[in-house]
Amino acid sequence: MPHSTYLIVGSSHAALEAATAIRLHDAEGSITLLTRETRLPYSPTILPYIVSGRSKPDDVVLRDEAWLAQSGVALRRNSEVVRVDPATKSVTTAAGKVWTYDKLLLATGGSPVIPAVPGLGDVKAHVLHTMDDAIALRDAMSGARSAIVLGAGLCGMHVAEGMAKAGLTVSVLIRSRPLREYFSPRAGNLIQSAFAGNGAQMLVGHTPAAVERRGDGCAVTLDDGRTIAADLLMVGTGVSPAMGYLEGSGVETARGILADDRMRTNVADVWAAGDVAEARSFWGGKAVNGILPGAVEHGRIAGADMAQDAGVRSFPGGMGLNTYHYFEHHAVSVGLGGQLPDSGEFDIDEHVDAGREKYRRIVMKAGRLVGFASIDEFADPGVMWQLILRRTDLTPVKAAFLAEPQATARRLMSQLWR
Amino acid sequence: MGLSFNTIQFHAERCDGCGDCMLACARAKSGGDDLAHSRIRILPGTGAADPFELALCRQCADPKCVTECPAAALAKNATTGTIDWDGDKCVDCLLCTVGCAYAGIAYNPATARVSKCDTCGGEPACVKACPHEALEWRTAAGIFNTAGDKEDLFVRGLAGCQGCNSELLIRHTLRRVGPECVVAAPPGCIPGMGTVGFNGITGSKVPIFHPLLTNTASMLAGIKRQYNRVGREVLMLALAGDGGTADAGFASLSGAAGRDEPMLFICVDNEGYMNTGMQASGVTPYGSWTSTTPVGESLHGERSEAKNLPVIMMNHNCSYVATASTGFMEDYYAKLDKAIAVAKTGMAYLHVYTPCPTGWRIPPENISEVCRMQVRTNFVVLWEYTPRTGLRLTHRVDKPRPVEEYLKLIGKYKHLSPEQVAHIQRTVDEKVANLQQMAHGARTVEYA
Repeated sequence: MPHSTYLIVGSSHAALEAATAIRLHDAEGSITLLTRETRLPYSPTILPYIVSGRSKPDDVVLRDEAWLAQSGVALRRNSEVVRVDPATKSVTTAAGKVWTYDKLLLATGGSPVIPAVPGLGDVKAHVLHTMDDAIALRDAMSGARSAIVLGAGLCGMHVAEGMAKAGLTVSVLIRSRPLREYFSPRAGNLIQSAFAGNGAQMLVGHTPAAVERRGDGCAVTLDDGRTIAADLLMVGTGVSPAMGYLEGSGVETARGILADDRMRTNVADVWAAGDVAEARSFWGGKAVNGILPGAVEHGRIAGADMAQDAGVRSFPGGMGLNTYHYFEHHAVSVGLGGQLPDSGEFDIDEHVDAGREKYRRIVMKAGRLVGFASIDEFADPGVMWQLILRRTDLTPVKAAFLAEPQATARRLMSQLWR
Repeated sequence: MGLSFNTIQFHAERCDGCGDCMLACARAKSGGDDLAHSRIRILPGTGAADPFELALCRQCADPKCVTECPAAALAKNATTGTIDWDGDKCVDCLLCTVGCAYAGIAYNPATARVSKCDTCGGEPACVKACPHEALEWRTAAGIFNTAGDKEDLFVRGLAGCQGCNSELLIRHTLRRVGPECVVAAPPGCIPGMGTVGFNGITGSKVPIFHPLLTNTASMLAGIKRQYNRVGREVLMLALAGDGGTADAGFASLSGAAGRDEPMLFICVDNEGYMNTGMQASGVTPYGSWTSTTPVGESLHGERSEAKNLPVIMMNHNCSYVATASTGFMEDYYAKLDKAIAVAKTGMAYLHVYTPCPTGWRIPPENISEVCRMQVRTNFVVLWEYTPRTGLRLTHRVDKPRPVEEYLKLIGKYKHLSPEQVAHIQRTVDEKVANLQQMAHGARTVEYA
């Protein structure tokens, strides 16, 4: 029965960061990554760029064989974990192989959510979860002239953009507004009009009522009775933590695997990190925060805690952190970006320069920054993130911050670092 | 041993915000004058008194921009230490900018891509362009890379006090000197930490002996002559404290210096007899608490001034005299290399200022900061002397910090009255003025 001191389920950002953190402290303990993938580690975030052809699957390897060998990290592919048994400190793979561990990290990410729409199961609906999905969608695109994208999260929007650029007639079904987790309605409008200006049909406020096969493609009937047909259908209506394998394990879950500030689960010697974990939200309570920078933070903390690194830090809480490049535009969102909580008195400074599609919103609370979003006006998101995390009092520089957020934030951070 | 890398250092107090660095960067990276292409950003301070601030890639050892990249477009270069950006792999998602808290990798609107400093392949254009030496290309890392490859000629587990930098100093020194040497360690902290003994398991791995406080220099002079007689080139090295140098050891040292006896004599100056109960020595500064200069009703620490021993050594006209600090290792190494060369034929004297965590009452983690503050306040001046070149300062201190900032870091000065602090500031100013006069206005040469 194979054994690993540190057994990590998953092979993307959280898993790799944990392995790195473990090696920083423990040079010898065996580290094994179990992944259902057949490939070397890659990021789910890169998949839309595989679809568009911008990136090649072999060029986006996050850690190559040389790194694995040098770091003493074993990558076991084709090893989907289907069962976790904390009593015997073991996991079982789909092939029936049993691994034992001293310490276990669950970093299994999320799975696409398929909405319950009549007929959706009868058509070829593409999702974008794995490299194989991306390659299949890329290949399907080459023979298609039209496409329908369900959902306007980052994944759906990226794919829709790639399709529009490739000359497909694209329709995007948007239940509320695009990227609503990150951007306000006004910012969402700018993004939406950029898509419309590039030929995409943005069906805002609509949900699919039914889907049916039509020839090699499909037809989607909207909630208002309209029917649109296309060669391709892509479902990008979100992801939810992949944790079915935990059934009967005693590991506590809610929306995700519940983790404390060291990413420990309720079960001894079992940690959770990344998109599968439900951990502290910076704004209070717990949340699944399915973003790449959050996965990296989780992984670093989990790895350090697993290796008993005295330098481990508590997780300060997750928040929205994203950057978004679309057509000729770039956008940034840090902290409270989309819908603001009902409670709390926010000081909102929102500017739209519609002519140049320039946009900026600064949200403050009690003199502290809690949200920054901009379009076509760059301000370092890493710096803004620090100002929010540190609850830096911006009262003395508020006027300068509102006038020149980038320069003022950089100046502040430079002072704080010295 | 992991590699260390050279880096760009920013001296905010020297910067006047002229922007030449940004222009030089933009030109180097784009061929034009559009500052959007500059990868270094100087930011004005928040007020007239505030220094300029900097946004520049720090080429982190554990780079977060790399871990945030989904496209494998960023990587730490194991040879150069820079974070390399691969424009072909980059998908312009900008996630790297989420990872960086220094604004070191940022969006360049002129190219619509991210850009970051690549140190111009080790010859940064910004550093060359700075008219005020506010940007410096620090090469201290090279020292650690080369020293790391050499055998450590002291054994593991010397019993120095926690935070004491003498161990750093003597390990570096002996690595550089190499095995062809004889070491004299007269009574003091250095033998006290267990350096004497050469069976390869305790002490050192080279011949080392424990002379009296009084006769270190004369014993080394005699041993050197014997080696000369048998035709073997062996370096004589003294690792002495300030007691074994300035007080009891001075007669033999002064004689040897007058005869320019070939040896490298290093005084590790911790301003007193710190190994035997913290008694004052001839180089204990005015105002210091020691066990023989206590603080009470009538006495407020040391009453007399420290003698300036390296200046006294200089006046012997021996081949090489220099002061040094472990807070400035490039400077120390440059001087050590000269001293090693000189010691084949004449006397090289290095006076290394060595704050003592135990005897001066400094938290161990603050020792390096105290070393730096000694120099930044001009309490310690870094210089070197040869009879041919005369005295030259080797470290620019443009806006010296008040000496009080140094004194307040140290417990042995905590009783000082404002009058005593003012007195120390005055003597520091006089000392610097005297040294500058001795330097005859010669340009400061910096070893970087």
